[in-house]
Amino acid sequence: MRSSRSFSLLALAASAALLAGCAANPGTEPAEPGGEPTADGAFTLYSGRDEELIQPLIDLFEEQSGIEVDVRYGNTAELGALLLEEGEATPARVFLSQDAGALGALSQAGLFATLPDDIADAVPAGFTSTDDSWVGVTGRARVVVYDGDELTADDLPDTVVEYVEPEWAGRLGLPPGNASFQSFVTALRVIEGEQAAEEWVEALAGNDLQIFENNTATLTAVNEGTLDVGLINHYYWFRQAAEVGAENMRAQLKFLAAGDAGSIVNVTGAGILSAAAQDADALEFVRFLVSEEAQAYFVEQTFEYPLLPGVDAPEGLPALDSLVNPALDLSDLDDLSTTQQLLAEYGLI
Amino acid sequence: MIIAPEAVEPPRRPAPVTAPAAPGRPPGLLVVAAGVAAAAAAIPLVYLVVRATGGGFEAMLDVLARPRVLEYAANSLGLAAAVTLSALVLGTGTAVVLSRLRVPFPRAWLLVSSLPLAVPSYLAGYGWLVTLPAINGFVPSWILLTAVTVPYVTLPVAAALRGASGDLEGVARTLGRGPVRAFLVATWPQVRPAAIAGSLLVALYSLSDFGLVAMMRFPTLTWGINQAYAASFDRAQAAVLALLLVVLALLVVVGERSARGQLPRQAARAVAPRTIRRGMLVALLPVVAAAPAVGVAVPLLGLLARLLEAQTLRELDVARLLGAVGATVGVAVGAALLAVLLALPVAALASRYRGRLVSALESVSYLGHALPGIVVGLSLVFFALAVVPVLYQSVVVLVFAYAVLFAPKAISTMRAGLGDVPPRLVAVARTLGDSPLRAWWRVTVPLALPSVGIGALLVAIATMKELPATLLLRPTGVSTLATELWNRTVIVEYGAAAPYAAMLVLLAAVPAVILSGVRTVAKEEL
Repeated sequence: MRSSRSFSLLALAASAALLAGCAANPGTEPAEPGGEPTADGAFTLYSGRDEELIQPLIDLFEEQSGIEVDVRYGNTAELGALLLEEGEATPARVFLSQDAGALGALSQAGLFATLPDDIADAVPAGFTSTDDSWVGVTGRARVVVYDGDELTADDLPDTVVEYVEPEWAGRLGLPPGNASFQSFVTALRVIEGEQAAEEWVEALAGNDLQIFENNTATLTAVNEGTLDVGLINHYYWFRQAAEVGAENMRAQLKFLAAGDAGSIVNVTGAGILSAAAQDADALEFVRFLVSEEAQAYFVEQTFEYPLLPGVDAPEGLPALDSLVNPALDLSDLDDLSTTQQLLAEYGLI
Repeated sequence: MIIAPEAVEPPRRPAPVTAPAAPGRPPGLLVVAAGVAAAAAAIPLVYLVVRATGGGFEAMLDVLARPRVLEYAANSLGLAAAVTLSALVLGTGTAVVLSRLRVPFPRAWLLVSSLPLAVPSYLAGYGWLVTLPAINGFVPSWILLTAVTVPYVTLPVAAALRGASGDLEGVARTLGRGPVRAFLVATWPQVRPAAIAGSLLVALYSLSDFGLVAMMRFPTLTWGINQAYAASFDRAQAAVLALLLVVLALLVVVGERSARGQLPRQAARAVAPRTIRRGMLVALLPVVAAAPAVGVAVPLLGLLARLLEAQTLRELDVARLLGAVGATVGVAVGAALLAVLLALPVAALASRYRGRLVSALESVSYLGHALPGIVVGLSLVFFALAVVPVLYQSVVVLVFAYAVLFAPKAISTMRAGLGDVPPRLVAVARTLGDSPLRAWWRVTVPLALPSVGIGALLVAIATMKELPATLLLRPTGVSTLATELWNRTVIVEYGAAAPYAAMLVLLAAVPAVILSGVRTVAKEEL
């Protein structure tokens, strides 16, 4: 048994080395509580938003401020997991996120610094964090996308609860693992009540639901004519229309009735990592994101809703106010885990 | 010919199947070196155990009890089994047709059949969806994964056939066996180690693939892992699912070990390919052309079609493209070297010695290959920050991650190559006064060099195509062709993405083409 003993020794030695390494977790210098803001003219940004859409804005910021931004691009989920893994040791100073779910998870893990009031209050309540740990930057409305060759907007129900009726069996598709879809289900629970929401999810799962990996895949299926109806965020349609021309889009959008859970607005946002609480460069960048100039950029280039009061929504979109359900607060949507349990129970995630 | 798994062998006694001159106990230095390699491969495992248990035992059970998880696991296992079987049959068939029959332009055909290696699975899936947007689920996932993984079987089997004796097959035929029976009786035993080793790579690839199953909407464990990160930011849940994937991989590795067997290779002389009727040749063409057509031609045509209808054609930033090419080639070369270095002691050990220690070291070394890139990437974030924070987000850690992910490709080819070196030659060197290490270095290494080259090329190809671990670990600001491609497809700019996709496939095709021409051990000369 010599060989197995020496293997155990080896394994033991290897794990001991690993654990010793973990115990001696270096971390970076702790953020100074209070104190004067510091600036060194550069910071690292983790961007969960796409380079093609965000880099021009960052170039503009660099030009105006003279601050150098080192950007690390990735998808929001991966960067969120990366930030959780890095913890205090992260080189990132600012995280720009594609959805509020990631910001909420990082805020809950205590990784964000509290934002100063002038930034936190720039965006109206309902579109930003409730504890000033991150700020909303843009909004995306939940919409129904349908096959324009087969259906007209009048064929479609105005409330999301009707889309799980037998008529739509096998014809409805969506990405159950997507954060925006899940916050819609949370909104459904808040607006319609737990029982109604569970009935809806049960009917959805039992209606030959077409499951997709993400919003883009859902939209593509509708646009190719292989799916009749999908639930996605509005701006994916505009993005694809910009690529192939709006007149060539087979898929069309329908906004549901005002106040319906199916038309809630999800936000993207940014937070400052706790080590950078006093980093003037990072603060200036986040302040820039909620400035009129940056908000106008998002309207024109990414077709998203601006969150700064006084900046107009993209042309052709219903006003943001008309989509807001006054009975719904964004903090109501924090309870993601109950939603995920519900979806898991019916085999959707 | 059936070899019992070594688990049933009494310990310490070398298994009877081991080549005759094999010494009983492995040299200590080799064991230590293999131990280091296995420890590197075990980093993701340590990480997963830490994360999975972080939420408590009950939380782990909760995850496993979800009805969806059983479906994920069954889908992963079913897909891996189906893809492995079809790749084994198609790959062996292709290799036989190209090596044993008189086909016009055999070298060109072998080259073409290596090309699917150069196409990332996500690109193959995407290209098909352009043409047939409605395909989804098990069947297309199975067909496409088979198409892109077949070369892992075709190339080593074709190489083994070049060195295998065809005489016995002729004897079997004259004794009245049909062509298939004759092949199974006489030739299959000689190519079996190569075919099984290739199948192992196919199985692990299928288990770890996310890009294609995501496109085809076929929910496997890798899909579940990605959802756990994406929607719940639940690292514990993701880790539990990934550990489940590790268990499946372990089943595959153990299964391979018992199916592998080992035969001392007979000295063989090359056989002239047989001439067959033209009609027969035409009938066999689909076998040979299937994988390149499905895995390369259709997807690339689909991408071309998208390119033509795109409106985002813009001036190509040539400097940026070249920068990405440079970074891709750089990390691929580094990863190939490091992976071969890590794989060498494990392969050397596994090719000559048996026993629990050897089995354990070899099995552990394979596991990184079954995990999706995001898991291996995060495990190295964890490891680098804990052990070598200075190197975090440096190219060193990135290259190390590639080596952990892809060293198994090198282990599997090098193990076969090293195993083919006649132990008698090593024994001769020993009687001439060489130390074991020196004899190994002077005799074994030069003879097995082609298999080392094959291993390195496979690692280089895989590295060029890798995306998730690259996104997590690359130095901020560094882009490879795969990340640049991702950058553009994620915002549906097909026009802007096309040059990067084309460059990636072209670049990865270079090592693939070289691969199709490499000869394994110079056994014809023996």
